[in-house]
Amino acid sequence: MALDSKIPDGPISEKWTHYKDHINLVNPANKRNLDVIIVGTGLAGGSAAATLAELGYNVKAFCFQDSPRRAHSIAAQGGINAAKNYQGDGDSTFRLFYDTVKGGDYRAREANVHRLAEVSANIIDQCVAQGVPLAREYGGLLDNRSFGGTLVSRTFYAKGQTGQQLLLGAYSAMNRQIGRGKIKMYNRHEMLDLVIVNGKARGIIARNLITGEIERHSAHAVVIGSGGYGNVFFLSTNAMGSNATAAWKIHKKGAFFANPCYTQIHPTCIPVSGDHQSKLTLMSESLRNDGRIWVPKSLEDAKAIREGRKKPTDLSEVERDYYLERRYPSFGNLVPRDVASRAAKERCDAGFGVNKTGEAVYLDFASAIQRYGKEQAFIKSLDATDAKLVYKLGKEAVENKYGNLFQMYEKIVDENPYVTPMMIYPAVHYTMGGTWVDYNLMTTIPGCFSIGESNFSDHGANRLGASALMQGLADGYFVLPYTIGDYLAPDIKLGEISTDLPEFVEAEKNVRDQLEKFINNNGAHSVDYFHKKLGKIMWDKVGMARNANGLNEAIKEIAALRDEFHRDVKVPGSLNSFNQELEKAMRVADFLELGELFAKDALHRNESCGGHFREEYQSEDGEAQRDDENFAYVAAWEYKGKPSEAVLHKESLVFDNVKLVTRSYK
Amino acid sequence: MKLTLKIWRQYSAKDAGKMVDYPLDGVEPDMSFLEMLDVLNEHLINRGEDPVAFDHDCREGICGMCSLYINGEAHGPDRGITTCQLHMRMFKDGDTIFIEPFRAKAFPVIKDLVVDRSSFDRIQHAGGFISVNTSGNTIDANTIPINKKDADDAFDAATCIGCGACVASCKNASAMLFVAAKVSQFALLPQGRVEATDRVLNMVAQMDQEGFGNCTNTGACEVECPKGISLENIARMNREYLAASLKG
Repeated sequence: MALDSKIPDGPISEKWTHYKDHINLVNPANKRNLDVIIVGTGLAGGSAAATLAELGYNVKAFCFQDSPRRAHSIAAQGGINAAKNYQGDGDSTFRLFYDTVKGGDYRAREANVHRLAEVSANIIDQCVAQGVPLAREYGGLLDNRSFGGTLVSRTFYAKGQTGQQLLLGAYSAMNRQIGRGKIKMYNRHEMLDLVIVNGKARGIIARNLITGEIERHSAHAVVIGSGGYGNVFFLSTNAMGSNATAAWKIHKKGAFFANPCYTQIHPTCIPVSGDHQSKLTLMSESLRNDGRIWVPKSLEDAKAIREGRKKPTDLSEVERDYYLERRYPSFGNLVPRDVASRAAKERCDAGFGVNKTGEAVYLDFASAIQRYGKEQAFIKSLDATDAKLVYKLGKEAVENKYGNLFQMYEKIVDENPYVTPMMIYPAVHYTMGGTWVDYNLMTTIPGCFSIGESNFSDHGANRLGASALMQGLADGYFVLPYTIGDYLAPDIKLGEISTDLPEFVEAEKNVRDQLEKFINNNGAHSVDYFHKKLGKIMWDKVGMARNANGLNEAIKEIAALRDEFHRDVKVPGSLNSFNQELEKAMRVADFLELGELFAKDALHRNESCGGHFREEYQSEDGEAQRDDENFAYVAAWEYKGKPSEAVLHKESLVFDNVKLVTRSYK
Repeated sequence: MKLTLKIWRQYSAKDAGKMVDYPLDGVEPDMSFLEMLDVLNEHLINRGEDPVAFDHDCREGICGMCSLYINGEAHGPDRGITTCQLHMRMFKDGDTIFIEPFRAKAFPVIKDLVVDRSSFDRIQHAGGFISVNTSGNTIDANTIPINKKDADDAFDAATCIGCGACVASCKNASAMLFVAAKVSQFALLPQGRVEATDRVLNMVAQMDQEGFGNCTNTGACEVECPKGISLENIARMNREYLAASLKG
């Protein structure tokens, strides 16, 4: 099957407008005859549910949490990009488009990214109209901050809780429609399969997580907005329940899975403290604006610190290696996420790590405290040579900017980051890969759409900060409502889809068989036991740096672990009750398949680009080497019974508007 | 550390529950409270017993999914945090820890420590929104300047995570702080003023219908709120409610 991305003709800045002018529309009276299922209620799913319901479609929305307000979009801290140019600093739709394509290391689809940039400004208008309290200046107008990888200030924010505020905005729009009966909300439900009738997605099988009941739900189209698959690593900044099941089930039913190896490892997370660790906590990228990253220059000092014989503050300036400033003098501590993460790993692998596990580097605010302190003393006409006073003023300034993050750090690590430098280490944060979609956001299964982090389309091989929120809301509020109408237009006379069709019966039986198998398995080990093992393989061999040997080993090890899991996993409790272990077993079963495809994709991509770093493809000084001649394509994998048999399809990426150059931050 | 856990076990909403003792050894101070429960559950699963059900998701204090009434306090003994941010260094070797679900008539138990908080959602359905379509055909975001103080106060109210600690901490199981946070957020913003009258009346009516108790100004909710939502919001809601009632 040849992939057709369905990119409209015409100049890039006119494609979306022209597309909207010529698609099929559904008459308002007919929309009420059409049902749409949406799985996931984060920024993408929640905004899509609200908008489609407003338009008049009957929406059935599903989330595994106890309320749509808890989707993991809520945890996004920093902000949301939009080409508003409120700062008058030269921003434009084209610049946002350009930065996103470049930041993605030239592995995203131009037309989709341009559309994203076009609708970005509307998102801010929409959210403000909904009552989202974005940060404002004293004049009452909206404030902006700047983020990595750009030269303008285009990031809108709500303190360190931007994701929360935007999600609650989408949730409020959903609530209005739930109150009107246009959205039927299914909380604590998990989608466990897709139902295809005559080649089109027509429903899902879901499990009610409270009663354990397996339910059939039909619709004229199914939208997956279930987020990313970062939890394949066990430890990540994702929520505990974040899972790939909906995305993986549609993959097994025919939706191609694109670029699974593109994973974002975020450089500033709190390091692992021990074997009990259940998840990792992100510290906002904004900290790198003022913090300086370093490790000891000598191995002896690093060892002494690990063993508790020395403290970081014992080391003088000359005994410290500010390795980002050393390697990348022009961008310094503000290099993009992928570059900063790899540099931390390189130092720790060389033995310079500073916590007991040897996997941590320092993020130091001492010089920021000095700089701000002197600045404040000057502003207030106080004595800038009084060290105590300067420290006090500087500490206050840092507290104003990052107080909540410092407090969060102290609660977790039990160390005061004003006194001793923070310890940080990279952690899995976001997955750029996902279900392949065309320009309409439709997967290779007609009638099955994929939006937000669960699709692959906008971030290429590396996502810029503050762009995930933008994409989720763009897809849900402004893109899908057009494209799904075009698809549904021929279905207006179809009437309700019966859930008694044999396809529903069969899908339900398959789901029930899988669930019963787990309940009756009576193995020796818990689900977490296997999930942790999978995470270790992924992190060690398919993590920040990969090589062919390691990837080949990982593929074998994951397949073996998957067999062992199905043979030996132990799931207590029953099928027809609230059973959290059973929920986990179903999710981990999918991760054990996805992980293998992930490694296979990483092995086939013989280049380094964005979040995908192959050790064989680097320059002499350790920088990533892209191969545009052979790998400027989207790798879309077709399921053929098991991950090892997956068939590769290529969508060539054509760059008409952006010139491909080597990303350099030196 | 070695601990004795006394945990509420209840198989389902229909069954009677009881406190059950679980000794637990090898607890480290760096563990979070929920990681300590993970360790307990791993032991229970390996022994062939039913693990303790508890709600949790983001484990970084923002999703509002985790709950737990620990030694008589919602989200445990520390301040300004959710249970997932509580660390075992707050306890000491040999401690006995009581772990119960959030208790309120409007929060029925689903299993063990998991409760049904959908009453909170239904209050939001009654008015927790501004009636604006998501078509994108809105005015430019900077058309109406909003003074920074109002914008900041609206933000502070909007940081509510809907966990229900306020209800669990209140001797009347009142949801006033939760409802007042949303009413305040919109009442403070020009966009929200348009529907302010109906909003406060409808949300309060739904709150009463769900079986939450009345507010007697004890202030326990504010003390236990992980996000520090201020009692001022309740005062603001009372003013809004009075004004709306007189209008209505």
